[in-house]
Amino acid sequence: MGSNFRRIGKLAAISSKNQSCRGLSSSLNKNDTSTKSVNLFSAINQALHIALDSDPRSYVFGEDVGFGGVFRCTTGLADRFGKQRVFNTPLCEQEIQHEFHFIQVTFLCQEVYPLMVFDVQGIVGFAIGLAAMDNRAIAEIQFADYIFPAFDQIVNEAAKFRYRSGNQFNCGGLTIRAPYGAVGHGGHYHSQSPESFFCHVPGIKVVIPRSPQQAKGLLLSSIRDPNPVVFFEPKVISFSLALASLFCQIIGTVTHYFLDEFQLLYRMAVEEVPEDDYMLPLSEAEVLREGTDITLVGWGAQLSIMEQACVEAAKEGISCELIDLKTLIPWDKETVEASVKKTGRLLISHEAPVTGGFGAEISASIVERCFTRVQLLGPALGQLILGLKT
Amino acid sequence: MATWFLRSSNNHGVIQKLMMTFSGKYTTTVVRRCFGSMGAGQKLDPYSCDDDYRENIGHQNQDLDFPGGKIPLTSQMKFISEASDKRLPCYRVLHDDGSLISNTIHDKLGEEVAVNMYSAMVTLKTMDTFLYEAQRQGRISFYMTTFGEEAINIASAAALSPHDFVLPQYREAGVLLWRGFTVQECTNQCFGNKDDKGKGRQMPVHYGSNKHNVITISSPLATQISQAAGVAYSLKMDKRGACAVAYTGEGATSEGDFHAGLNFAAVMEAPVIFICRNNGWAISTPVHEQFRSDGIVAKGLGYGIRSIRVDGNDVIAVYNAVRAARNMAISEERPILVEAMTYRVGHHSTSDDSTKYRPTNEIEYWKTARSPIAIFRKYIQRNGWWSDDQESELYRDVKKQVLEAIKTAEGMEKPALTELFSDVYEQMPPNLHEQERSIRDAINKYPKDYPTSDFHV
Repeated sequence: MGSNFRRIGKLAAISSKNQSCRGLSSSLNKNDTSTKSVNLFSAINQALHIALDSDPRSYVFGEDVGFGGVFRCTTGLADRFGKQRVFNTPLCEQEIQHEFHFIQVTFLCQEVYPLMVFDVQGIVGFAIGLAAMDNRAIAEIQFADYIFPAFDQIVNEAAKFRYRSGNQFNCGGLTIRAPYGAVGHGGHYHSQSPESFFCHVPGIKVVIPRSPQQAKGLLLSSIRDPNPVVFFEPKVISFSLALASLFCQIIGTVTHYFLDEFQLLYRMAVEEVPEDDYMLPLSEAEVLREGTDITLVGWGAQLSIMEQACVEAAKEGISCELIDLKTLIPWDKETVEASVKKTGRLLISHEAPVTGGFGAEISASIVERCFTRVQLLGPALGQLILGLKT
Repeated sequence: MATWFLRSSNNHGVIQKLMMTFSGKYTTTVVRRCFGSMGAGQKLDPYSCDDDYRENIGHQNQDLDFPGGKIPLTSQMKFISEASDKRLPCYRVLHDDGSLISNTIHDKLGEEVAVNMYSAMVTLKTMDTFLYEAQRQGRISFYMTTFGEEAINIASAAALSPHDFVLPQYREAGVLLWRGFTVQECTNQCFGNKDDKGKGRQMPVHYGSNKHNVITISSPLATQISQAAGVAYSLKMDKRGACAVAYTGEGATSEGDFHAGLNFAAVMEAPVIFICRNNGWAISTPVHEQFRSDGIVAKGLGYGIRSIRVDGNDVIAVYNAVRAARNMAISEERPILVEAMTYRVGHHSTSDDSTKYRPTNEIEYWKTARSPIAIFRKYIQRNGWWSDDQESELYRDVKKQVLEAIKTAEGMEKPALTELFSDVYEQMPPNLHEQERSIRDAINKYPKDYPTSDFHV
């Protein structure tokens, strides 16, 4: 039995090229609403349209946002809501062939540098000021890898704005969006999963959706939440086939490798998403799959891999319970705790490095609460955390 | 563009004068808002190019259309000088003896406003004196004085509207006092009692007041500068007819947020005034170890921001400059940079002894000969608005007021235990409830280790 569980861990850690990628089953009731099959960036785009439309005090800005953003999440916003509410932030105003540039940045790492000249701490500082004046400031950081110049503004300013003023001021209208995680050939600087840095900071919320439908509902909740939120979007499911084929045209030679990968990503991306305005609750985890032998906890793109691990495990007679945490802080300890009390085993999987990762926090909390019920598994007490240390 | 160069080369004197008064059509023409690098030629320091160079450009009369605008071409390879021989001038209205410098154009302050400003400066100085002493006696944990910078505090505050949003650094208690935040409220904050608006959470002098449009101070330097651009943008979008005002010291201009904030404000055309108190010392770091530019005012050109240097110990000069800056910021929707030259007469904070790194005669000179309070007193006395009797009465009243405030603040309860956990989020999440319960359990279990006499559990 023990070796079987370790095998689930391996499956959860390593993305298999042969996996069948399908959208994760969703809990949303789709009755009475029209839905459309869209990928994550379109879902985000829909959410931003709704956010701008439903609240005249909302603003969207970031590098290249004015033309639609490198992930096309902000397409059409500036045309509809005007450049005073949807705008580029400084130092990214040069006329470049954006989509071509994007492809270069993502796949050919030697071209990374041109896009690294932007002012992330300025974006977040500006956004905090805007949010402090009772606005909804929705700031886009082009890649989570580049969020660090704004770390001071997020940690020392946004997170503490309400507390330090005795609730006289707050910047609860602030939402910072940033694509995160590994994809294609992003290299070190377009692939990182920095969520645990932010999970150490009381005063902000950290939200990561697993799919397009989740992304739309959770983003709208984050925007309307009266607290600053850092919203990480798994870019592995942000791609569109359009961009993939554009890339293929540009490089001229299409290898099977690329084709496989893009088709994989594209299929993974698509999900039925209601077109109307809906919100999904923050700080509530969701049990995606019920089971009795082991609890699996994850977030973001990792969920699709864990789902696959559950399927493989089921073939060997192991019943897995799969939980999507969705909000990392403040996180839904109760749902995880209840599941672990039932199964007695816990596996946490994340893309971020193991040491000091958020998995360690979950592990520690659950061990504290359910010590007598958890069995020893893997290298650490009651847990098997998988991720790369690179 | 060529026109500008020719014009500027013939008008050094005019430019200089305009830098002092920063009004008139030339300045408007010169710094007219334009996109991208269109302003590159305009942003050159007029002093750094010699006349031959400009004429050469003028004769060629050829432009190349780069992204962002046309730029004149020259076959002459010449680097722009890193510094000019002449430092940028400092706008001043009052002599140190309180008399008006002849031929200066300024708005006359009325008697009532002038006397109120003087009283506020004395109140600030007195509050500083006694709260500093309270810290020395161990009654509060920390303090920062504003000695020597009372004019910048009070005169800039008086030049603003109460509807303008202020984002202070930490040496601007006078701005709050001017707006009606009382000595008692300041003292409550320093003692961290239950009446402190910040609920006892921050170190002393980290004031803030929603009622007075002063956003709560945070310890990290310069973070308020980029936030001010966002605040100002909101005021512009809401057509509030108000501006944001960010205060900073010269040391904070070395932070990345200073660059971010100024650049954002310029590009976003945000009505914000950046007031930099260049007091010569960033704790122990003197200005020549801080930057090699001609102070802060020279940096404005690099960002396309209209700027002025002003004598920060001259109440009327600061008042005039900030008032003009405010008008331009709001009516023209643009940021303005004000560099107020002054001197930090006090130590950086109660954790500092500045005599270790600067000569006492230097401090003494600025404390006496260049005291902004002394200079302004001479001015109002010359006008017949102030007498020695009024002076002693003011000092007596203010001293009484401050001592009473300290006594009251000291005797008050500390904030309730629950305030340790509230306001982290808008609603307290379960993990904080859990932590609150656990600390209450610890207090009940170990009452000797957790004395609860001065706060509500």
